[in-house]
Amino acid sequence: MIAFRGVEKAFGANRVLKGFTLTVREGETVVIVGGSGTGKSVALKHVVGLLEPDAGEVEVDGRIVHRLRRRELTELRSHIGYVFQFAALFDSMTVEENVAFGLLRRGLGEEEIRERVAEGLRLVDLPDAGPLMPAELSGGMRKRVGLARAIALRPKYLLYDEPTTGLDPVTSAVIDELMVRTREALGVTSIVITHDMRSAYRVGDRIAMLYDGRIRQEGTVAEIQQTTDPVVRQFIEGRPSAALEAGAPAAGAAAEGFDR
Amino acid sequence: MLATVGRRTLGITEVFGQLGHFVADTARAVPDAGTWGRQLFPMMRRIGVDSLPIALFIASFTGIVLALLASYTFTGTVPYYFVGTLVGKTIMMELGPVLTGLALAGRVGANIAAELGTMRVTEQVDALETLAYDPHAYLVLPRVSAGTVMFPIVVAFAMAMGIFMGWVAATTLLPITTAEFLHGLRLYFAPFDVEFGLIKSASFGFVITMIGCFLGLNTRGGAEGVGDATTRTVVYSAEMILVLDAYWALTLLRPS
Repeated sequence: MIAFRGVEKAFGANRVLKGFTLTVREGETVVIVGGSGTGKSVALKHVVGLLEPDAGEVEVDGRIVHRLRRRELTELRSHIGYVFQFAALFDSMTVEENVAFGLLRRGLGEEEIRERVAEGLRLVDLPDAGPLMPAELSGGMRKRVGLARAIALRPKYLLYDEPTTGLDPVTSAVIDELMVRTREALGVTSIVITHDMRSAYRVGDRIAMLYDGRIRQEGTVAEIQQTTDPVVRQFIEGRPSAALEAGAPAAGAAAEGFDR
Repeated sequence: MLATVGRRTLGITEVFGQLGHFVADTARAVPDAGTWGRQLFPMMRRIGVDSLPIALFIASFTGIVLALLASYTFTGTVPYYFVGTLVGKTIMMELGPVLTGLALAGRVGANIAAELGTMRVTEQVDALETLAYDPHAYLVLPRVSAGTVMFPIVVAFAMAMGIFMGWVAATTLLPITTAEFLHGLRLYFAPFDVEFGLIKSASFGFVITMIGCFLGLNTRGGAEGVGDATTRTVVYSAEMILVLDAYWALTLLRPS
């Protein structure tokens, strides 16, 4: 289980998270939606200890992340796969080496590493991409390799940061399909950050909307689709006026530049 | 005015505090030899072996100029064999380490800052951490160790090249024989001259690579941030080389 409890985070004068609370139960996929710059990625980075909360806490598997010692944090991270927004592939390594990189830390034998790399690349439909360099890949392929790198670790949790942003609709659908397939194959608990509602409906068991540093509403896909909350409606329908009607700041204005 | 001075002082103190933490984190990564050990030899090649051409190029011309400068200064007053003395002492104790250090601050320091800065802004450093690697063990320690070990080796080659080219210039352009040049070279030579130059070089290697890693890993923003980290690395490294140069002179050369 992953639980955010009253997480607050500021960068200088910009308060990005203002009491963010959300629980992700075992085996489910929760999609966090929200406009650009609302702090979705900031929230996600707290799960793996890349950021520490100014107040509140994030609990993963009964452990409070920001209180862990370095060794404990490293151990926790070995159970979490993280798919970065722009894939964050190591550009000095081949695709194969990228996927194998996390496995080298696990003390696995060469044969097992080779098998897991092949399996990971097969799962993302890139079985022959091993010898390529990241610079030779398209945006969609890079994201798939990023996913392969995460799932090769056979993690208990998978965190996806904007997995379909910047991709064409067909490639987005392929990535969504891969996320669903990965969940079915590995039974992982996932958090997906996105502002692509089509993707959210496809992959999410529950959807939570982050607005002004807090969860504005959370619920099943059907509940979110039938919401009467004007801000949530505005977002899921892509209408520009509802935020102004509600008298709230435009999504992203408060924390411009901190959705990282 | 006073407020500005206060803010600047606080800012500088904060940076030194962060640098202290950074060095301590790097020291804590030493037991993770499985991670940094694998990176060490490739880094020694990149930082040391690949820097040899520029170091030898600089040393060559320094040797030639020093020989001619010595002969110009000594004309009619000091015997010509002192050209060997001046070339040897100056190359070994000062110009070899300092000029090589300044050149490598640009080549090595800027390279490290740009590489790690790019890794930071493209989230590759975050990816390393999520894959359970310590960036200090994987990125910092191999570079700093390689810099500290390889700078003295590169400088030793630069010293040899500088003296060799000084000899070539002296024997071909000045009225001085090889025997006279060697006589001058040996005249006030002490093994400490070389040791002094190499100790300085090791400290330059440590500082340049540490500054490059520190500023690279603390890069913020995109391409502008990387450019800023790279520029600051070269400037701070050059300043630190001169400060360390004075420090070693004060601590090791002062008459007791």
